[in-house]
Amino acid sequence: MNEHLENLKEIRSLMERSSKFLSLSGLSGISAGICALLGAWYAYAKLHVDGSSLLSIPEVRHEIVPKLVLEAIVVLGFALFFGVFFTVRKTRKQGLSVWNKTSKLLLLNLMIPLCAGGFFCLGMLYHGFFWLCFPATLVFYGVALVSASKYTLHDIFYLGIAEVALGLIALFLAKYNLICWAIGFGVLHIVYGSVMYFKYDRQESEIPK
Amino acid sequence: MQILQNFNKAFESKARLGIMSVLMVNEVVSFIVLKDLLSMTDGNLATHLRALEEANYITFKKEFIGRKPSTVYSVTEDGKKAFENHLNELEKFIKGS
Repeated sequence: MNEHLENLKEIRSLMERSSKFLSLSGLSGISAGICALLGAWYAYAKLHVDGSSLLSIPEVRHEIVPKLVLEAIVVLGFALFFGVFFTVRKTRKQGLSVWNKTSKLLLLNLMIPLCAGGFFCLGMLYHGFFWLCFPATLVFYGVALVSASKYTLHDIFYLGIAEVALGLIALFLAKYNLICWAIGFGVLHIVYGSVMYFKYDRQESEIPK
Repeated sequence: MQILQNFNKAFESKARLGIMSVLMVNEVVSFIVLKDLLSMTDGNLATHLRALEEANYITFKKEFIGRKPSTVYSVTEDGKKAFENHLNELEKFIKGS
């Protein structure tokens, strides 16, 4: 009797665990974090040299904002490239193709809030609310992670909550905008990536028990 | 313990139950992932897979992921039915006792 109950429990847990995308590599997080930190440093240098208070003068804003947007796109490109690279490498090691049912579900649930956030920020840039983009990207990214956490390692849930919290701090304490952004996309990713790397990737067995 | 006779012999071991449950919720699963999920050795897993395959409950095919060969398994219609029956029997048994 007990043995059968145990078996049923085991079946349930296996079904749940195996229908998630568990090949996210910790190295993806670390590399994305490094890209973000470099980006934040560049933005800081720009804003600092030009003086962040000058942002309120329209002519200056017109000069800096396009540069920063371009820079943000470059950073995003590199972060995505390395992120995808390490995860693809890990799935290959597991003898799987990356493009499977679980990875599709994961991407879909990640992309919906993320795309919404992307367009939202473009809209704010268009209307001139430049500084609001920092908290907004953090909040939308956090929500995207929370929504994707059902389809992958659950640890991402906590990363998402932390990103949302940082975003809200950045929103109300506008002075710490860039710092919060650097912590959220840079430091948190590196911390999270390292934890994941040592928790899952480094083990002999690649999949969490 | 007469009801136990309704249990499917092919699913007697925990390992086989595990293999079937993973395959039920995934289209295809590679040998390596099965091994990790179930924490089994190569030989042990291969034996159980062969038994299930001989019962016609699962099929496999060889694929290439990049340049590396990989064996991926999936459940057959027969396997699905048999496993569902087995689960129902299990449930009955637990409720009944």
